[in-house]
Amino acid sequence: MEKEQYQQLEQNVTPKPPYLKNVAKAFLVGGLICAIGQAVSLFYIIFFNFTEATAGNPTVATMVFFAMILTGLGLYKKIGQFAGAGSAVPVTGFGNAVISAAIEHRSEGLVLGVGGNLFKLAGSVVLFGVVSAFFVALFKYILVTIGVVSW
Amino acid sequence: MVIIFQSKPSLLAGGVVAGPLENRSIFSQYFDSVYDDERWQMKTNEQGHRKMIEEACEFAMKKIGVQNGDIDFMMGGDLVNQMTPTNFAARDLEIPFIGLFSACATSMSSVIVACLLTELGAANFSLAGASSQHNAIERQFRYPINYGAQKPQTAQWTVTAAGYALIGKHREEFPSIEAATIGKSVDYGMDDPFHMGAAMAPAAFQTIQSHLQQRNQKIYHYDLILTGDLGQLGLKLLKGMLVENGVKNEELTLIRDAGAEFYGQDEAFQSGASGAGCSAAVFFSYVLQQMRAGSYKRVLLVATGALLSPLSYQQGETIPCTAHAIEITMK
Amino acid sequence: MVMTFVFAFIVGGIICVIGQLLMDIGNLTPGHTLSTLVVLGAILDGMGLYEPLINFAGAGATVPITSFGNSLTHGAMAEAEKHGLVGVLTGMFEVTSSGISAAIIFGFIGALIFKPKGNID
Repeated sequence: MEKEQYQQLEQNVTPKPPYLKNVAKAFLVGGLICAIGQAVSLFYIIFFNFTEATAGNPTVATMVFFAMILTGLGLYKKIGQFAGAGSAVPVTGFGNAVISAAIEHRSEGLVLGVGGNLFKLAGSVVLFGVVSAFFVALFKYILVTIGVVSW
Repeated sequence: MVIIFQSKPSLLAGGVVAGPLENRSIFSQYFDSVYDDERWQMKTNEQGHRKMIEEACEFAMKKIGVQNGDIDFMMGGDLVNQMTPTNFAARDLEIPFIGLFSACATSMSSVIVACLLTELGAANFSLAGASSQHNAIERQFRYPINYGAQKPQTAQWTVTAAGYALIGKHREEFPSIEAATIGKSVDYGMDDPFHMGAAMAPAAFQTIQSHLQQRNQKIYHYDLILTGDLGQLGLKLLKGMLVENGVKNEELTLIRDAGAEFYGQDEAFQSGASGAGCSAAVFFSYVLQQMRAGSYKRVLLVATGALLSPLSYQQGETIPCTAHAIEITMK
Repeated sequence: MVMTFVFAFIVGGIICVIGQLLMDIGNLTPGHTLSTLVVLGAILDGMGLYEPLINFAGAGATVPITSFGNSLTHGAMAEAEKHGLVGVLTGMFEVTSSGISAAIIFGFIGALIFKPKGNID
């Protein structure tokens, strides 16, 4: 059988991802995580005198804490299998990427294992976040300097 | 190329040890031991992996009443970097050892080498097999165990199991190896590491075809042709290729796959089982026991291996695959 | 009050759906998907669109990873406004620290108290 012919057969046999089902699950779980986040920030606003604008920081940290518990108990990967991007895209997914790598590489010690591999998965998010922020801010700075827009 | 073994070395015994999740395998009743701790009470996954290999070898030796000192050679491998679990197990077993890597086809490549040594007269007894430990392999090839990535329906679950066979000179009352085919490294341009069955099916197809042709046999000359770990989708693809090639539908029922059947129909495991330990565990427990019981007289075992690494995948390479086969008969 | 939860749910859910489509149709790995979304968040903030989204959806906009790109850009731009060009570099992490520092701290603690387990259910 020729390669092209086989690739045709492979296309026919391989099931397509259940797009609609996956989107629905991602929407529900992702939405739910954000709603929980909303409850957490409300908690900080009411009890700790944060404002709508400043509550984001403690909320994110708290969500990452939840991610640690769920990751350590082996529950986050099950949520991930069900929800796909629904649990990967919220900051809890970022936390899961960091924390799962940390737990995994504990066997190689705290320095070479945990330290060396902590950002093995999440490092690309930090890299592209920082680089894109740099260029966006630089671009805006240039635009402001030549007087096209203002801050 | 097909190798004919004039002296017909025998598979004297098999030792199969598996992890806790493998209790769910439809083959678990044939395993020698199913351990309830995935790390065999060791500190790391890799140490548990090593322990599992040692226990499998010990089970195989115990069944024939031989000891480490009686074994001339050990052939085997696993999927961890530099195959340290197998290398370390060989250190503890103190048996002359060559590590072999054919990914998940290692169970068969090591049996073939052991048969050659037996045929040559260099070995009275040799151990041959392969193993995989889920946690150690997943972190090697994919993500940390607790990372929440969504696996597609085409994915396969790496089994925790070690299977080793004790091979010796021909004995009438044991299943014996008549011939073997060493497969080419085949690449049909598949590049999805979560769809290994599709990458491996062409390799299995080529090895089966070339074995049958050179041996002048048809599929119906066999009671069973069992591939290693194509999974449910890979098996479908293999059958699709065979049908294209004029194989009749009734012959297709003789072709089965250990990975597709390993966990039954449980959807949590997606397309089925994989890992070097998958074919080794099923071949050296279920198949050997069925042959000794007389259920099968002639069997073709085809272990398939995807020869990729995380590095090759990240560098955008496609996945070359191989398949090695042995033909076993029972009087 | 109730509506803030509804908006958080809907906006957060939609951002996750974009991620799911990148994975399923775009065939991206989770790493590629998250990197893409972070860049998207940075660009949206550069255009001044992310802040209104946060005002509208609250946690629906701050919890998804896009907010990481937003807050990095936000810090860089705020500092650039005050100190000029050098602020682009120095202001970056001014507002973002919480997600990263929480992940590092909890990653370390997690490594100390948990062991990976290969269970399936």
